[in-house]
Amino acid sequence: MRTLFYLIIGILFGITMYKSEAASWFRIYEMFRFESFHMYGIIGTALAMGVISTLIIKRYNIKSFYGETVKFIPKEKGFTRYMLGGIIFGLGWALAGACPGPMFTLLGAGFLPISIVIIAAILGTFIYGILKEKLPH
Amino acid sequence: MNLIYDPWPWYISGIAIALIMLLLQLSGEKFGMSSNLRTLCTICGAGKQAHFFRFDWKAQRWNLVVVLGAIIGGSIAANFMTNQNAVLINSNTIEHLKTLGFESAGTAYLPLELFEMHVFSSPKTLIILFFGGLFVGFGARYAGGCTSGHAISGLSNLQLPSLIAVVGFFIGGLIMTHFLFPLIF
Repeated sequence: MRTLFYLIIGILFGITMYKSEAASWFRIYEMFRFESFHMYGIIGTALAMGVISTLIIKRYNIKSFYGETVKFIPKEKGFTRYMLGGIIFGLGWALAGACPGPMFTLLGAGFLPISIVIIAAILGTFIYGILKEKLPH
Repeated sequence: MNLIYDPWPWYISGIAIALIMLLLQLSGEKFGMSSNLRTLCTICGAGKQAHFFRFDWKAQRWNLVVVLGAIIGGSIAANFMTNQNAVLINSNTIEHLKTLGFESAGTAYLPLELFEMHVFSSPKTLIILFFGGLFVGFGARYAGGCTSGHAISGLSNLQLPSLIAVVGFFIGGLIMTHFLFPLIF
């Protein structure tokens, strides 16, 4: 039952990414050239609603579907890892035109070359895991 | 506006993403797609190589189901909810892309120069896709999250680290788009 619920959420996510063109390389490129409001509108709307829903959940102590307190785990403090990691992520995001959610959506949509991006992303994650102790955080 | 066949406007998409995050929060989980890349490493046996991959991946199974859904959703949207594939980006963007050699700009969902089957016989394109993915995977884990984990859920919870990461995403994206693209393409 819970598995089915997550599957439906994922399907809704995939359809949203594809239909809103957030999974399109072209939209990412256009965003980084500041030539359209589209991607900023998507992120801005999701963020504005997210801020409000997060505040409401905290303020009224709204419980999860299973009666538990909804946990918001604060991110660890820091600067270097977020800035350096962010810049590296951004370089890849603009080049591949896909982030870790939409790349799977594109695979489902039938763009087989995206599998190279997915395999490389898994490899990149693996390399981070190997180098983690040696990197400044 | 036809929600089945026409591309969705930004506000519909934004509302849907916020709803997805809310549903995940209310089921006791969090919205973050790049964590799955780490889980996949662990399933492939990366725990033998690094402590970072030694964790109970079964607790993350729900997120892999979300990914499976994202694949199915992409298939449904592309095969049954699309009349025409062209992404109608700004005409200036199209002009600019053509100067870089992207003739498919304005006529396709993804640039055919990077995502058509013939790229499997083009080493240069394979290298581009490979490094794109490598940076996304490495950067997401280094920064502790990607677009979903930082730009949407982290910022929704007013987390300063997420703001730093998102600024980083844009610095990287702008460097790639404005300075490196003319050298690569």
